[in-house]
Amino acid sequence: MTTSFFLHPALLLIIGALILPFIREPFRKPYLLLVPIFTFVDVVYLGFNQGIYGQVSFLDWQLTFGRIDALSNVFAFIMALMAIIATLYSLQVKDCWQQMAAWFYVAGSIGAIYAGDYLSLFLFWEIMAFASTFLVWCNKDQKDATAAGFRYLLVHTFGGLLLLMGFVLRYQATGSIAFELLDYDTHSLYTWLIMSGLMLNAAVVPLHSWLPDAYSKATIGGAVFMCAFTTKTAVYTLARACAGFDILIVLGVAMAIYGIVYAINENDVRRLLGWEIISQVGYMVAGVGIGTALAINGAAAHAFAHILYKGLLFMGAGAIIQMTGKSRFTELGGLYKKMPVTMLFMIVGGVSVSAFPFFSGFVSKSMIIAASYGEHLLWAGFLLTMVSAGTFLVAGLRLPYLLFFCEPKSAEVVERAADPPWNMQAAMIFAGLLCFVLGTFYPLLYSMLPYQDALYHPYSGYHLSETLQILAFTALGFMLFKDRILARPTISLDLDWFYRRGGQLVLWLARNPIQWIDTMWGEAYRVVGLFPLMTTARFWAWFDWHGIDGLLDGSARGVRSLGRLLAKVMQRGQIQQTLAYTVTFVALALIAFIWM
Amino acid sequence: MIQFIDFLKERGRGVRYFLYGTMAAIVIWSMTVDTSHAHTWVEKHIPGFWSIFGLVSCTVLIFFARWLASAGIEREEDYYDD
Repeated sequence: MTTSFFLHPALLLIIGALILPFIREPFRKPYLLLVPIFTFVDVVYLGFNQGIYGQVSFLDWQLTFGRIDALSNVFAFIMALMAIIATLYSLQVKDCWQQMAAWFYVAGSIGAIYAGDYLSLFLFWEIMAFASTFLVWCNKDQKDATAAGFRYLLVHTFGGLLLLMGFVLRYQATGSIAFELLDYDTHSLYTWLIMSGLMLNAAVVPLHSWLPDAYSKATIGGAVFMCAFTTKTAVYTLARACAGFDILIVLGVAMAIYGIVYAINENDVRRLLGWEIISQVGYMVAGVGIGTALAINGAAAHAFAHILYKGLLFMGAGAIIQMTGKSRFTELGGLYKKMPVTMLFMIVGGVSVSAFPFFSGFVSKSMIIAASYGEHLLWAGFLLTMVSAGTFLVAGLRLPYLLFFCEPKSAEVVERAADPPWNMQAAMIFAGLLCFVLGTFYPLLYSMLPYQDALYHPYSGYHLSETLQILAFTALGFMLFKDRILARPTISLDLDWFYRRGGQLVLWLARNPIQWIDTMWGEAYRVVGLFPLMTTARFWAWFDWHGIDGLLDGSARGVRSLGRLLAKVMQRGQIQQTLAYTVTFVALALIAFIWM
Repeated sequence: MIQFIDFLKERGRGVRYFLYGTMAAIVIWSMTVDTSHAHTWVEKHIPGFWSIFGLVSCTVLIFFARWLASAGIEREEDYYDD
């Protein structure tokens, strides 16, 4: 069934974000909640009226802003739902830049999910990258946040360029910009470029280092947004374009293992959760690589469940950082007495990600593992099962132990700690309940999956016994070797070493030899060329100003003073601000374009 | 809830025995479960296969992570600050 009515949910969010600065209390909080709720209602409405909407001709191309089918619907649904929860969580934030950036970011994500061609996909892809960078930059409490934001932005710009090159080459070869399944058998350079561009956003190893780096530096609420949208939007695009690519199975399993190994050594709570995102997205990427109906269902279901429990874990971690001011395990511990609600819901998040029966991970993760056994990929099945033991070790045991139960490292921090404000608690309760509901009443989730003829029955006796055995004996392993994975004041080197150290090398080169050459050259130029040139120029400028402009009613003077005024307002030498203006301008142009 | 955790913390030994009991119960129950849907030979013929697998996985991951850390990727926290 199709109707002619189509209001793009991303448009709602963008307009909502642009009006936000003009809304004052007491209307601000209701407004903050209403915009994502309307967006969610819009997404649900479109889910019931699936079809192709928003087709516009632009130059020679046909753009599709609203391809709504079962696959895009399930992703858009969870993104819109998470937008409500995360906005509720950051309701008390006064800095409206953060909320605007967050809504632009969600708009980018939903826009990318609904996009039916590469051009509009790319547009929303870049909105997402730029808007989310502001969620890192807005963090004033962390001195490294500005640098981390730039690293994040540069890496994503690189990913965007790969995608751009890929689809331009594909357009040249096939004459089509339609965003649909790529052909694996007749692959060519553009296939790999597109896949790499999408993979970078999914944090597939070796293009993953940006994730723990940026997510641990973002604002408290910003990290809750970021943990949901970028990687899972990328999983959707991979499922759309690269389903059944064998190489993704290998990469997915590799990132699942890589993430969990780094999480075991990690000392920062949000970095640990970031590593675990990489590990969990590994399951989804592997599912996309397997590419059967059950595996794609599994990837979609796992993305759905993952957004909720990972959001919950980031909300708990954010509450701890906000209330204690500390984010390292070496400075935390013993918080159960002061933050019982946070503890309860972080444990709910932990058991959900560890696939405890009756919690959401149990009904979603196992679909991907079952699909890999079903395709006789025994190595993938066993390795992913091994990682799920590791997940429980990290998120279900090590994380709560180091935060809440081990001996407090500092009595002063425990003294300061308390459960967070009501809205943050409400968001955690909401997400925690959904984790439980999805795991227990799983047909609710399964009824939204794209392939209704390939469903799964998680509560079989064998699957229960398998899961319980793994969980119980992982707990035994933790009891035996707990002392080896306690908090240590260290970081683990990762592939970002190359661009962080490489960047320092470039900087050194620029400061020393290159600067020297530039200075010498400038000096020579000044002596030989500049002086005679300036003398003649001064004469002509005088003539022009007084002779010619006088004739033209002083228009040059008028232009100059206007230019100065503009420069004063717009160009403050703050690159972040300039970028914000540019991005806002692009978004406005986009709105104008859709409406015309 | 806080009192309950304090209560458990005071009785560490009791909690531990309770966990051992649960593990034993799970393994014994798993032997009665129908394994005809199992994916591989090992699952059908080794009793409590997934228990062994869980313990081994956890141990392997811990030791591998620590080995990797000591092999040179672990650095002091201000490594990038200079």
